[in-house]
Amino acid sequence: MTRRRDDIALRETEASFSRRDLLKLLASGSALLLVHCGPVPPPPGEKRGASYDWTKHYWVYVVDISKCIGCCACMRACRAENDVPEGYHRTWIERYRIRKDGEVLIDVAQTGEHVFAEVKDEVERAYFVPKICNHCTASPCTQVCPVGASYQTKDGVVLVDDKACVGCGYCVQACPYGTRYLHPTTRVADKCTLCYHRITRGEKPACVAMCPTGARMFGDLKNPDDPITRLLKDTRTRFIKAELGTKPKCHYIGLDEEVI
Amino acid sequence: MIVLYPYITGLVAGAFIVSSLYHVFGREALQPVARFSLAAAFVFLLFAPLPLLIHLGRPERAFSIMITPNFSSAMAGFGFIYTSYLILVVLEIWFVMRSDFIQRAKGAGLGALIARTILLFNLHEDDATRRADHKIAKVLAGIGIPMACLLHGYVGFLFGSIKANPWWSTPLMMVIFLFSAIVSGISVLIFHYFVVSWVNRWKVDSDCVRLMSKYLWGFMIVAVSLELLELMSAAYQQTHEWEVIHTLVSKHLFVSYVILQFLVFSLIPFFLLAFNSLARSTDRVSNAISWTAATMLLCQVLLMRWNVVIGGQIMSKSFRGFTSYFPGLWEKEGLVTAIVVFTLPFVLLYLFHRLVPLFPDAKKRSAA
Ligand code: SF4
Ligand code: SF4
Repeated sequence: MTRRRDDIALRETEASFSRRDLLKLLASGSALLLVHCGPVPPPPGEKRGASYDWTKHYWVYVVDISKCIGCCACMRACRAENDVPEGYHRTWIERYRIRKDGEVLIDVAQTGEHVFAEVKDEVERAYFVPKICNHCTASPCTQVCPVGASYQTKDGVVLVDDKACVGCGYCVQACPYGTRYLHPTTRVADKCTLCYHRITRGEKPACVAMCPTGARMFGDLKNPDDPITRLLKDTRTRFIKAELGTKPKCHYIGLDEEVI
Repeated sequence: MIVLYPYITGLVAGAFIVSSLYHVFGREALQPVARFSLAAAFVFLLFAPLPLLIHLGRPERAFSIMITPNFSSAMAGFGFIYTSYLILVVLEIWFVMRSDFIQRAKGAGLGALIARTILLFNLHEDDATRRADHKIAKVLAGIGIPMACLLHGYVGFLFGSIKANPWWSTPLMMVIFLFSAIVSGISVLIFHYFVVSWVNRWKVDSDCVRLMSKYLWGFMIVAVSLELLELMSAAYQQTHEWEVIHTLVSKHLFVSYVILQFLVFSLIPFFLLAFNSLARSTDRVSNAISWTAATMLLCQVLLMRWNVVIGGQIMSKSFRGFTSYFPGLWEKEGLVTAIVVFTLPFVLLYLFHRLVPLFPDAKKRSAA
């Protein structure tokens, strides 16, 4: 399509230059521009499996809060797999402690070793909440990206094209879940890719593979035999900040009111 | 840097609106600053994208925003709105100041050459062309008003449309930005007019300043009330977001927002300007008051931008924590860069003034 219009434009420059020709050229030039506009198509940049067909899958992520023991093996796995720079996270664990008077204390694992600091105060309840990018269906991050560098794949994953991102950081502000950051060396936006290079080869994301208790689960909604499809059929799940209308794809089992 | 960007575009919109008050609505009293305000709008506009470029992680890709825009993004409109507005301002300046450029072009030297180039080497002028220029300038100024509002309202929208951030997400944000832009625009004109007159020992036109300070008073009341309204309705509705906004305002932004922005830099100028508009005083007193109030309001608007931008960013996304921020001196987006970015428009303004005088009547009036 683009090539054809290109040809037309070229042929017209070759013709002798009357005013009408000039107008025609301008018209086809702007048509050309229009063809070029709009979000850039997904790049081949994100390494995927050779015979992968993204129309045949639809990925979902499920977290069972009652199973998370806060060991942070997932965080360490993610760092190793994706070269996450120190001080930044693609996934992290929040520790919620609810005092008798209702006060909620939240902390995250310390950077460096990625383990939780020991605490001794008395609390009513406590639990861990793993967090990642929700790969929202109505994702504000892709909506606000001025150049279409943040985009959704057909299989439901939200990715960043690091060749197109201008590093404006608008998506970092727009994501209600705080899952994005500007990478200090590449200076472009970075976030969880659901280990796109792994899942398109039929493997699980690194965090899911490393979780010793199975608190993190992952699967393909288009595959009726996938355990996830069956699990989601008869389990009630909730989303974080569902009221914002972002339609997240990360389901939580046993999500409490305090978690935001 | 992201604090400076809305600040500078605000100055553009404000200065432009003042110039339009003269050109379109024929407010003769504003004549002494009319040309200057147009030129100020132009130079600030030229430098508005600079802080953005400095902020980008990949500034070399900046043009992607216009080549491959993603139309669902509010930010993608920036390139288009900005460029069309720039063209409009350039055209208006050209038509408004054509006579002066012709005068200049008739001389010799580099300035004349530049002027001749700007005029496209057409030095012809008579009453008919002058009338035509005037008419075109008026139309352009008329189109420019909604565009100036668009340019700056749009900046407010960039923030107001982020639902992830309760400190930003409000439809009022556009209007608040717009009014504070006009406040900052008028203020910078008053401030600059006094400084320039003082340096050149010109006589200040007190009627003009009085009128501007009246406008300033009106616009600042609207701007500040809107902001207070916004805060009050959040406080009164006690939404779950109020909890975090409350902590933000009462702890983290207490000094810069409550004390400085509202109590010092809004309340004092408010009383000063109220006195100036309602009571009769000598020119000297009235001028001094206008200048002080304008300078304070310039700070107020800068503080407001700071509080909006930084306030929104120090809040964690889980609404339970805060970080703190203060720019370093020498960082890429630090204080030194900010000062340089903010000085450049004034340097350019001076060069502009060397080319064609921006206050043509000031000398005459002082002599008289
Ligand atoms: S969680 Fe944030 S980064 Fe992930 S898709 Fe949603 S808005 Fe985008
Ligand atoms: S930082 Fe990159 S991905 Fe994010 S909005 Fe800007 S250009 Fe898009």
